[in-house]
This record gives sequence, structure tokens and C-alpha cells, in this order.
Amino acid sequence: MTNDLSRRSFILRAGTSISAVWLSTHWPAILSAAEHAHAAAKSSAPAKLAFFSADQAKEIDAITARIIPTDDLPGAHEAGAVYFIDRALTTFAKDSQKVYQDGLVEWQSRVQELFPSLQMFSAGTPEQQDKILHSLEHPAAPGRGRGRPTPNGQSFFETVRTHTIVAFLIDPDDGGNGNDAGWKVIGREREHVFQPPFGYYDKEYAGWQPNPPETAKGKA
Amino acid sequence: MRPDLPKYKTSDDVDFVIVGSGAAGGILAKELSTNGFRVVVLEQGPYLTEVDFTHNEIKVLNENLLTNHPELQPNTFRKTPDEKAKPQRAVLYGRVVGGTSVHFTANFWRFHEIDFIERSKIGPISGTGFTDWPITYADLEPYYTKVEWEIGVSGLAGASPFDPPRSKPYPMPPLPVKSSGVIFEQAARKLGWHPFPAPMAILSQPRPGRSACVNCGFCLAFGCEVGAKSSSLAAAIHVAENTGRCEIRPNSYVHRIEIDSRGRATGATYFDAKRTVHMQKAKAVIVCANGSETPRLLLLSANKQFPNGLANSSGLVGKYLMLNSGAVSMGVFEHPLNDYKGFAVSRIFHDFYELDSQKVGFYGGGGLDARFDVTPIGFAMGFLPPGTPRWGKGFKDALHHNYTRTMEIFCHGTSLPLETNSFSLDPDLKDAWGLPALRLTYKDHPDDLKLATWMNARALELLDAAGAKQKWSFPIQEQQFAVHLLGTCRMGTDPKTSVINTDHRTHDVKNLFLCDGSSLVTSGRGQPTMTIEALAFRAADRITALAKRGDFQA
Repeated sequence: MTNDLSRRSFILRAGTSISAVWLSTHWPAILSAAEHAHAAAKSSAPAKLAFFSADQAKEIDAITARIIPTDDLPGAHEAGAVYFIDRALTTFAKDSQKVYQDGLVEWQSRVQELFPSLQMFSAGTPEQQDKILHSLEHPAAPGRGRGRPTPNGQSFFETVRTHTIVAFLIDPDDGGNGNDAGWKVIGREREHVFQPPFGYYDKEYAGWQPNPPETAKGKA
Repeated sequence: MRPDLPKYKTSDDVDFVIVGSGAAGGILAKELSTNGFRVVVLEQGPYLTEVDFTHNEIKVLNENLLTNHPELQPNTFRKTPDEKAKPQRAVLYGRVVGGTSVHFTANFWRFHEIDFIERSKIGPISGTGFTDWPITYADLEPYYTKVEWEIGVSGLAGASPFDPPRSKPYPMPPLPVKSSGVIFEQAARKLGWHPFPAPMAILSQPRPGRSACVNCGFCLAFGCEVGAKSSSLAAAIHVAENTGRCEIRPNSYVHRIEIDSRGRATGATYFDAKRTVHMQKAKAVIVCANGSETPRLLLLSANKQFPNGLANSSGLVGKYLMLNSGAVSMGVFEHPLNDYKGFAVSRIFHDFYELDSQKVGFYGGGGLDARFDVTPIGFAMGFLPPGTPRWGKGFKDALHHNYTRTMEIFCHGTSLPLETNSFSLDPDLKDAWGLPALRLTYKDHPDDLKLATWMNARALELLDAAGAKQKWSFPIQEQQFAVHLLGTCRMGTDPKTSVINTDHRTHDVKNLFLCDGSSLVTSGRGQPTMTIEALAFRAADRITALAKRGDFQA
């Protein structure tokens, strides 16, 4: 999987690697999870949790909020990522339950180890939280490139990171990225029909002008 | 809506059974049924239509809505024949009515004259099976034109000084230019190169029952929801069905071509959706199952008469696989391109189609294009510059800034045919039906990698000339994942060195024909589907002529 030359395959494999990490075969359940996250993000009332305890959800929410933090633009918290993940873990991503169960235990001990006075990650300052995350981060391999899958050793951090990205950026039309948070951040419009000009550089395009005549083939 | 279909019985001795409904199978079905023949198309995937297609990247990419499933049909890979292959996903193709043409990017370059005669021009290349085609560009030209007009290709004739001769202009103007195309065009001209509007199998003007492109941005890997992409589903399958003589039978996984005692094909045996086995009788069999599954089916069909696999007296079934070489560089620009809108590619150039091996020191040639073809999740997972933080504010800021400002330069090039590069049957691994899995053996010829590196250097020059604020490249490495599946049942006049003749008839079985990427003798410069479809139109003419003179009789 790691020595893939074909860029064509990478585009597909970017998705495949997600699959290796967590997504299994029950797409309706993904939609269900996404819609749940969407509804939860819209509602001020606390959403019902299916897998996490309230404290665990608080921790996961805090982790996702450091992976994609909130600033003047919405982050993973506003997208309701924790609810997406919670629903996923009881439906199509059951296989990842153990990663979370074990990971949260290790997580707690790491929090205490680094900051003995801190009862919960979610109670820490952003600086403390980032320090904890760095200590658990899967070492990012240098020169990551096409074909390099997300590390799929099911490490807790990498799993949460992948889940957070998916929860944040899946197509809102299918009920994901609550409040369109992810697409607002990346600047993707919701429409499925567009007309040119599309961007800055084609706006002023003067129209096609023929190339000068050329006879020689092979420039090198 | 699917029309009322002629439901042939499996015991009906139809004129043709076609295995596979993709770029070649769809066209052969259309042509042969239009010519009056009774045709059954056996497609291993489901029959989805425009209403079933979705922009949802998880469903399409992760759950393989349109493609072969790695758990049901696992693969193995090894670099060389002396290694034991290891299980890994090694091949990707469309597994749906319409085949890979449903999800392709739709770059529709014709091959050039040189692609058919290059061996004669530059001489042999040691250690390779590099050879000329038994047909020329001139033989295929009318069929390229047929593809453009019948299937629907947009483009601008005469825009590239390197284009081969053509008998007719394109049937419709090119698609609009994207910001990536403008950047590419201006920078390429600055460097003395000759960019031109990309020929694309995507409608710029509507046709009956099909919309012009609405620029939704979900092209590569996705099915077109408005029928603008000229897949065989949108452009050929319905025509075939409307003749009343063609039945498309989905969920039909062919695993054996049946042969009688006289060595003639009698039909195809397949699993239906419930894994019940049937045999569809036919007067002739045409296999269009792609460059991996076509040789696999021939090998699976080995029997006492053909112990090494059907039509394999040359021993070359599955061999000389070519995947096309390639490289990608990325550029980030000051202002938003919003290149996620629209089809993938609007500008290309062919200045390096024929490199002078004496000057560059290796064999090869190719084309470069400007594009953006990645989904939002895919972008976040793998398309930020190296060194970008993987989480936190730096990650989010990069997503925010780069998504609308990024474009790709994709370099496409030749692959040399090596006998050791192949698809074969894995001796151990089985698929979900208990059949031997596909085994990919592949190691790029050193020249292919040198070519990719050389072209990528030009891509980086172009990004510099374009004033990119940031640029980087994906590493160029040996391939071990097959998407372009070319050359594995090559065409030729000598039964000792090829599998099919110029009529696409196998040398060994008189009423067995093969037509798809496996037929190719050379790889072209990275965009094979146009040529596969031209071959299919031509094959339909040849097979029709043979059938009409009763040539399938023993």
C-alpha cells in the first residue's frame, strides 16, 4: 500500500485508507450517524449518546476540538463530530469500539502523567491539551505522499483524527458536517451546479487564442 | 428507465455473448445489436443508473459502489515472478454496468501515429516486448471520429500542433476553461510550449436524454448524475437495449468460457446474484472484461484441450501488462481557483509526446494536464503540502487556505511492455466465489521511472513560471496498484507472439474474440480509453463482416 505510484489510484485509496481505519460496509448507518451529528449540532438540547458516557463524550469532543479547533470559523465541535463518532461506534464502526475503549483508558493515564492535577483532558487549557495530544500523536512519517495510507495501526490518536476529518468534511447533503462547518472552512459552496467563471484566474480569461504554428515534434 | 428487455433464455443460442459492459463491451453491444444480431451482455456488477449515483465520497470510494470490492475479490502483488505474492489490493476497475467508463476522468486523447509504429522508428529496446501494432493510426482514424461523434467528445480540432490528422472536427466545442487551465495555458506558453483545450468525453452541449456538464465537480471516481459524462452506460448501453435485440444481464460473474470438442466456444458460464451457476449459449463469445479480468477468464477456462488457458498457445495471456507511467506535482496560488467546480481537466499539452531518447537518455513520451480531482476528505487526508501540521490550528488554516487555491499538474506517459509484468491466477488466494484471485506482478522499466521524473521536472518548471506560491511533488515510485490495464492479450499477426489477430479474434479459437485494454500493443501516452473505444467500433465492423459470411462455423 505504501509504494503506490499511480496518482489515479491514490485518489481512490485516500478513501480506501479511511476504510482500513474504520469504515465498514453499512452506509445507511453512516448517514444515520451523520444526520444525528447534524441534528445534535443544530440543537441546543443535549443529544442522546449511544456509545460514550457523558464524560467520555466530553473528552472526545475536546480532542476533536483540538484536531480541528474553533476560531473565527467553526471547528469540529460546531460540526458535531463527537455525535457522528458516537453513533458510528454503535453501528458501522463497531470494529473500532476497542480502539476507543482502550484508548480512553490510556488517555486518562497520560493526562494524569503529564498533568497530575488535571482530572480530565477537557478541563485543561488549550496548551495543556495540545501537549497531551503531541505525546500521543502517531509519529508523522516524513515525506508522506500519494499512496501513503493513514497509519492504520488503529492507534487511538490516528483513529480519532481520521474520524474527525470524515465527520467534518463529508457531504452535508448526506447529513454530515453539521452546520456545513467543514465546507465553510474549506470554502466549498453547497451547490451541485456551477457556471463559469469558477475562480479568480478564469474570470479575466480573454478567450482561446491559437498557438503559433509549430512543426518540430519533441522539444527535448 | 430500462426498456422492456428481450429476456433470452440461457439455452437460446444467441449470436453473441459479450462479457463485460464497459468502454469496449458497451460499444460492441450497441454496434452488434444495431447490426441485427442477438446479443447478451453479462456484467458482473449491478445495473445502476443516473438516479443511483451520488456525490458521497464515502459510499463511492470507501464502499466501492462502482468498483471491484477488495474483500469479495482480493488480489495479491509481487514485483517479480520469483517472489511469492502477498495479499494486497492491487487492481481497481469499474464493476457496474458501464464498467470503468462510469467513473473515469474522461480524458479522451487519440493515440498519435507514432504510437502504432514506434518500434520501427526507434528500433528495439533490449529486454522488452516493444513492438509495432499490426494496424496503423490510419486504420483507426475513422473509428476515433466515430467515438467522438457517437459517444460525445468535446474539444477543438487543430488546437494542438502535435495532433494527428483527423477526418472531421469534434462534434461539440471544448468545455469551459478552469482557473487551473488558465494558469497552465499562460505558463506553458511562457515556456514555449503549446497548450490546448483538453478533449474530454463530457458533453459541452446537451444531447437527447443527456445533459451538458453542470460542473458539479464530482467526475473522477463518480458516476455522472446528469448523463454528461460519455460513459458506455450513458452513450451506448441504452442504444443497444433500444434495438430490442440486446439484453444487459447484470450481477452475472462469468468464470468460464465453454469449449466443445471441436475447440469452438459454445457460451459463457457465470454465477448470478445468488451464486447459482448458468451457462449462456452463444454462436460466438466476445470478452471485454478489462485488461485484468479478460486474461484471468482465459486462464480460468483452461481444459484438456487448452491446459495453459484458453487462447494461450503463445503463453502470453496476461503478460506484457502496461500501467502507464505518471507523476503529479501540486501548486498553491495566491487567489482562489475554486477548481473543485467543474470536470477535472481543461488544458493539456503534448510537446513531449515524442522525446528524443538520444537527447534525454531514455525511451518515452507523454502529456501534461492541469487539473483538480480530489474530494474534500481526500484533500484533507493527503493533499496538503509536506510539513503541514496534521492537526490543530495549522492544519485547519492550511485546509482553509489551500483547498480553493490548489491545482495539480498530472504527467502521463508511456510504459514499456515487459513479459514479466502480468496478471495471473494466484495459486493460493481465492475470491468469495472460490475462484483463484488475480495476482499482479509488476516492476516498472527503469525508463518509465526516468520519464516520470523528467516530466515531473517540467511540471515544476511550469508551476514556477505560473508564479505558484508553493509547490511540491508526490514521490515517484515503482507501481504496485493497477488502474490502466493494458496489453495483456496483445494484438498481432503472429500466433507465437500475440493472442488476438487484427479482427480481435483469438488465434486459437475461431469464434472467441477479445476487445478491451488487453488488446493494446503499446501503452500510448497515458489516456487509453479513447483508443479502446475506437478499437471496439472497429472490432464491431470486423466481427459483423465475419458473422455475415458465416465465418464462425468450424
